[in-house]
Amino acid sequence: MTRGSALLLVAIATVALGLVPMLAPPFYANLLVPFYGYAIALLGFNLLFGYAGLLSFGHALFLGIGAYAAAVIAGVWGIKEFEVVLVGAALAGLAAALPLGWLAVRYTGIFFGMLTLAFGMLAHSILFKFYHLTGGDSGMRVPRMRLLGLEFAAYNKIELLAGPFYYYCLTLSVLAAFLMWRIVRSPFGLHQRSLRDNAQKACYLGVRVRQFRLAAFTISGIYGAIGGAILGFRIGLADPELVYWTHSGHLVFMSVLGGYSNFLGPVVGALAMTLLQDQLQSFTQYWRFVLGAILALVVIFLPRGLAGLACDVGVAVGRRWAPSAAGSRDSA
Amino acid sequence: MSGATSAIGNILIGGIFHAAVLFLVAAGLQLVFGVQKIVNLACGSFYALGAYFAITFVNLALNAGLPGWALLPLLLIAGLLMAAVGPPIERLLRAVYDRDESFQLLLTFALVLMFQDVFRFVWGANPRSLDNVHLIYGKWAVGDFSVPFYNLMVIGAALIAACLIGLFLKRTNFGRLLRATAENRAMAEALGVNVRAVYAAVFTLGTLLGTIGGALVVPTAAASLDMAVEFVIEAFAVVVIGGLGSMPGALAGALLVGLIRAGSLVVYPEFEILAIYLIVIGVLLLKPTGLFGKTAA
Repeated sequence: MTRGSALLLVAIATVALGLVPMLAPPFYANLLVPFYGYAIALLGFNLLFGYAGLLSFGHALFLGIGAYAAAVIAGVWGIKEFEVVLVGAALAGLAAALPLGWLAVRYTGIFFGMLTLAFGMLAHSILFKFYHLTGGDSGMRVPRMRLLGLEFAAYNKIELLAGPFYYYCLTLSVLAAFLMWRIVRSPFGLHQRSLRDNAQKACYLGVRVRQFRLAAFTISGIYGAIGGAILGFRIGLADPELVYWTHSGHLVFMSVLGGYSNFLGPVVGALAMTLLQDQLQSFTQYWRFVLGAILALVVIFLPRGLAGLACDVGVAVGRRWAPSAAGSRDSA
Repeated sequence: MSGATSAIGNILIGGIFHAAVLFLVAAGLQLVFGVQKIVNLACGSFYALGAYFAITFVNLALNAGLPGWALLPLLLIAGLLMAAVGPPIERLLRAVYDRDESFQLLLTFALVLMFQDVFRFVWGANPRSLDNVHLIYGKWAVGDFSVPFYNLMVIGAALIAACLIGLFLKRTNFGRLLRATAENRAMAEALGVNVRAVYAAVFTLGTLLGTIGGALVVPTAAASLDMAVEFVIEAFAVVVIGGLGSMPGALAGALLVGLIRAGSLVVYPEFEILAIYLIVIGVLLLKPTGLFGKTAA
C-alpha cells in the first residue's frame, strides 16, 4: 500500500467516524466514546510495545491515573473544565511514569513485564484499601464537565456524550495520532526501533538505552492518562477495576488483535474490540469465552493482527490488478 | 495458653496453610516456566478448576454414601482427574513455542478469559462451597487455640509434594532429562531427549499441582469466579520473590507471602496485599533473579 492510499484510507475512516452521530442512533456514538479513550491510550502503549519492544503488563495503571485525576480535579476540587482535567491527567501520568519508568526500564522482556504488573497491582491495592482517600471499591465520582468552556446545558448526559463530547474525543484522537506519527517517524522513533531489534548494537553505536526507554515509557504513560480521563468522563466513575491486571491484559489484547507491528493497528484493535464486545454482550452472557477464543485464534493464526491481515489482502489485491494493468499498457 | 500466644498460633497456622496451597500452585508455575519458559497465567484457572470440580465431586461421592473420612482422598482424586485438561492445552500452546514471549503470555491470558466463562456456565456466578465437611477429621485444641486437623493434613500434603517433586527432579532419570531440557533445550534435543514428551509431561504436572491445590483449599474457602485471577497474581508474587524457575524459591516465597498475609490481616489489614507487592518490587529491583534464583538468568 502506498503512502497516499494509506492517508486516503485514514481520511475516509475519520470522516466515516465523524458521520456516526449524524447518521446512527445516539447509542452508537455513545458506544464509540470509550473507543477513543482506548485508541489514545493504545497509541501510547504501542510506542512502548510495538516500537520500543517493551511489553508492559500493568499499563492500565495509567488509565486509572487519568480517571482518578479527573475525579479529583473535577469532583473534589470542583474545576469543571475538561481541558484543565486533560492537562492535569497528563501531568499526573508524567509524574507517575518518570519514577516508575526509571525503575522499570532497567529490565526488558519478562522482568519488565513482571515489574510493571507489580506496579499496577500495587496501585490497585492502594486504591482498593485506602477507603477514606479513594472510596475503595466503590471508587470516586467523575462529574460532568464543560468542554472548551461551554456548558451544553440543553443536553442531557447521553446527548452530551453522543454529540459534543464525541467530536471532542474524535478531534483529540486525530491530534494524538498525528503527534504520535511524528514521534515514531522521527529519529527518536528510529532509536526506539533500533533498541527493540538489537539493544546491544544500538548501545554500541552510542544510543543512550535507558534514557530512550524512559522517554518511551513516559510518553506512553501520558497518553494512557489522557485516555483514562476520557474513560472517566464517559463512565462518570473512577474505580480500582480500571487498574486491575486483567484490564492491562485487555490493553495488550487490543494491541495484538489490531496488530502491534502497524502504526494504526492498536486503534483498529480498540475499534474491533469495542464493537465486538458490544455485539457479543447483546448475544450471550458468555462473551468472555468467545473473546478468549478469538484472542487465541489471533495469537496463533494472525500474529500481525487485523491490520496485518488487511495489509496482506491489500497487497494481494494490488498484485492481482497490477500485472494486468501493466499488460494492457504493454499492448497499447 | 494466653490470648496473645493463641493469636500468634492462629496467624502462624493460617499463614502456613495458605502458604501450603500457594506453594502447590506456584510450584506448577515454576515447573512450566523453568522448562518451557512460559509464564502460565492460566495456572490460577487450573486452581479454580480443581476447586469447583472438587465441590461437585465430593458432594456426589458423599451423597452416594461414601463415609466422610474419605474426603481427603476424594479431593486428591478430583485434582488428578482435572489434570486431564493439561495435555490438550499443552497441545494448543505448542503453536507458540517458537514465538515471542508476549504471544505465549497472551495465549495463556486467552485461556484465563475462556476458563472464567466455563466456570460461570457450569457452576454459576455465585460462590460455591463445601459446608464444613472437613471438620470430620476433628480439631486439635490447646486452651483457646484450635485448628482443624484437616488444615494440618493439607500442610503435610504440600510438604510431601515438595519432597516428591524434589526427589523426582534430582533422583529420577526423567527428572534429569527435564532439568537438562530446562538448562539447554537445543543441546538436550541434540542428545536425543524427546523434548515434546518432556514439555507435555511438565505442563501436565504443572496443571496437576494447580488443580490439586484448588481441590485441597475448597473445604476451607468458597470457590468463586474471581479466585482464578486473584490467585494467579499471588502465585506470581511467590515465584518472583523466590526466583523464577526455582523450587526451593517457591517454597520460601510461599511461606513468606502466606505469613505476611496472615500477619497483616490481624495487625494492619490495609497493608495486606500492599506489603506483598512492595516485597515483589523490592526483590525485582534489588535481586531480579529472586532469593533463590541463579545469578545469570
